[in-house]
Amino acid sequence: MAPISRGFRGRRRAEADPARIPPGQYVTHDFPVLSAGPTPHTALEAWSFTIRGAVDQPASWTWASLTALPSEKVTVDIHCVTKWSKLDTVWTGVSLDTLLEGVETSAEYATAFSDGGYTTNLPLEDLTGGKAWIAYAYDEEPLESEHGGPARLLVPHLYFWKSAKWVRGLELREEDEPGFWESYGYHNYGDPWKEQRYWGD
Amino acid sequence: MERAAVLGRLNWQLATVVELVDETMRTKSIVLDPPEWAGHRAGQHVDVRLTAEDGYQAQRSYSIASAPQDGRLVLTVELLDDGEVSPYLVDELRAGDQLELRGPIGGYFVWEESLGGPLLLLGGGSGIVPLRSMLRHHNAIGSNVPARLLYSSRALDDVIYRDELARLAASDEVDIRFTLTRESPEGWGGYRRRIDRELLEEVAWPPSDRPLVYICGPTGFVETAASGLVALGHEPGRIRTERFGPTGG
Repeated sequence: MAPISRGFRGRRRAEADPARIPPGQYVTHDFPVLSAGPTPHTALEAWSFTIRGAVDQPASWTWASLTALPSEKVTVDIHCVTKWSKLDTVWTGVSLDTLLEGVETSAEYATAFSDGGYTTNLPLEDLTGGKAWIAYAYDEEPLESEHGGPARLLVPHLYFWKSAKWVRGLELREEDEPGFWESYGYHNYGDPWKEQRYWGD
Repeated sequence: MERAAVLGRLNWQLATVVELVDETMRTKSIVLDPPEWAGHRAGQHVDVRLTAEDGYQAQRSYSIASAPQDGRLVLTVELLDDGEVSPYLVDELRAGDQLELRGPIGGYFVWEESLGGPLLLLGGGSGIVPLRSMLRHHNAIGSNVPARLLYSSRALDDVIYRDELARLAASDEVDIRFTLTRESPEGWGGYRRRIDRELLEEVAWPPSDRPLVYICGPTGFVETAASGLVALGHEPGRIRTERFGPTGG
């Protein structure tokens, strides 16, 4: 066990179910913003979402065609590597299962890419099976650009840097390749329940 | 396991608190002596972990305030009224205590001379901390890269590292400018306003000089500064940001 910090009692939040808080996280009611650079602003008319790379045929959706697809409203807990967790966040978006339905691929990995040049890598199986969405609404309002709007990837079972803001597509790959934060010392997979924050965790 | 070994795990270690320095009414610098420290790069941070007697733990991240050349590890922590860890660090921690930490962490919000410049640093409130590490580093290596800091505080009493920055400002080495957003003393020679496009235009080099920009502060400050620079024609790819919200800790 870790050594005791003399005089530290902590301020436990009675309202949060400890079973829902991964190790080292604390519950916040705000929605902190974190990003490595300026917030990009892409006009919806110029926006598209593309699945490319190791696929038989790349697939692309305009804003109109993506938001016309069947959507899901999901309530999930999110966990940021900077230690905050936010419970019961409500998102609306299109399941990646829907987008990947007609895509033929033997790829096992995906790199999400975003306006502004951000990338993040994930195993493809973490994007399928009802685990990931392209989310365009938060709390039933259009997603604000600070929080990744017009649309962001939502993969709540991994640390939130994997839920790429301003997402514009997926590059499917046979081989895994580290994305932005994954190249700067952050864990390649990022499971909050195993506290995989940094390289070697 | 093999991969972990190659990449090097950041292990928790118990650093001794050597000294606590009052910076402002609400901020303290914590001078630490960690048993294993392989050095850091200016702009990186560490994770701090506190453990209560019953095993309850809380972790937060804090920017490193010292330069890699300083020979000691310094964190500067601002007291947040609704915080859990910062009140302990600012009000309870004493010299001689042990503090559990691991790091250094983060490889993007980092300045090294090889990255060049001109170096433009924009700090709001305690967002000055990693920028101060960069300035000390710039000074310690005798860098010729032109460097400029704009530091926004509410009032003069909230200015962290006030004497040190004033000394640096008096030298010709770096250009340091202050702005006070809420109250300023009579005869104040700095700016007296919130950061906006006009102030950015005055302080930043022209976009054609391609300054390398580091912005750290509360979300509103960072958002205004970063989007203001982009609107003025600066390349988004040369603007690096680090934000903290009110829940930072």
